Amino acid sequence: MAEFSLPANSKIGKGKSWPAKTGGKNIKKFNIYRWNPDDGKTPQVDTYEIDLDECGPMVLDALIKIKNETDQTLTFRRSCREGICGSCAMNIDGTNTLACTKFIDDVKEEVNIYPLPHMSVVKDLVPDLNNAYAQLASVEPWLKSKTPPPPDKERKQTPEDRRKLDGLYECILCFSCATSCPSYWWNSDRYLGPAVLLQAYRWLIDSRDEATGERLDNLEDPFRLYRCHTIMNCSKTCPKGLNPAKAIAEIKKMMVARQG
Amino acid sequence: MTTQDRPLSPHLQVYRWQWTMAYSILHRATGIALGVGTLLLVWWLIALATGPEAFDTVQAVVGSFIGRLFLFGWTFAMFYHLGNGIRHLFWDAGKGFELEIAAITGHAVPVSAAVLTLIAWAIGYAVA
Repeated sequence: MAEFSLPANSKIGKGKSWPAKTGGKNIKKFNIYRWNPDDGKTPQVDTYEIDLDECGPMVLDALIKIKNETDQTLTFRRSCREGICGSCAMNIDGTNTLACTKFIDDVKEEVNIYPLPHMSVVKDLVPDLNNAYAQLASVEPWLKSKTPPPPDKERKQTPEDRRKLDGLYECILCFSCATSCPSYWWNSDRYLGPAVLLQAYRWLIDSRDEATGERLDNLEDPFRLYRCHTIMNCSKTCPKGLNPAKAIAEIKKMMVARQG
Repeated sequence: MTTQDRPLSPHLQVYRWQWTMAYSILHRATGIALGVGTLLLVWWLIALATGPEAFDTVQAVVGSFIGRLFLFGWTFAMFYHLGNGIRHLFWDAGKGFELEIAAITGHAVPVSAAVLTLIAWAIGYAVA
């Protein structure tokens, strides 16, 4: 059942202010969600002032600058810093995206940064992704085939069949889409969400995969698949420009098609 | 501390309103409004079967300013739900998912619903 307000332990208070050290002219404020599992306090938003003349262009550059120079306790995930690992997904300026590919200049006013929405927070900007990964595992995202592979070469696809994977294989599993979806907010215990369903479709449509029937059986459920109400927040927010809503619609079509 | 004490990250509180979610929740709201409005229709039909006095009562309530305002809202709800329902039909066929297309069809629904509502009421007043 949908809980629209935050539980008492999750209410957000006002935190500390960290003024810019240098007297630069190009100061921007970053309001960042903080929660420390060890101090017994509820979450708060700290404000950091950054001199943009001394900072790289991306939001991730600002986060790293804060961690290096101002506040070492600021905790977030990051790795590749070029939009291919999916680690630094977070809610920036009200929508989910990757900190490493989001330009600071694209945010008009102060930069508000929160963890991915409606997730259990491990610390600061780090959400607990265990449930999302378990859901991913439940769709068995790997090639399942009874036909043995050719002994000395790969399983081949026609260029046409290969093209069906375009717009699917690029997903980096950052879960920006799943955590932008109101339906996933209210039902993440049972609804698989756009990221995982896009992965499910990636294997359903793969010409080399021979488990289409059992994959569809696994998804035929009022919650796992059909909690998608085509809200389309997922496709709107995907930092890779993919379209999970369309992938989900294609799965629904396959469900109808196989009923004959 | 155990994992039970972990806070829930903010969602509705911080997520910037998108046209995607706005048109979706409006579809559900207008659906509920249509359900409530149908009760009014049932009341009107029952009164029609009961007799002239009961019918006059309903006419007085529905014909009042508040009643008409309610009917006006109901008309908009009907056209919005109809328009967005057609959008859903195309989606069910796998069409119209490109963001630009979905934005155009999305914006078109409330605009056309407003226009159709005004036309319907203009015709209503012209005939009556």
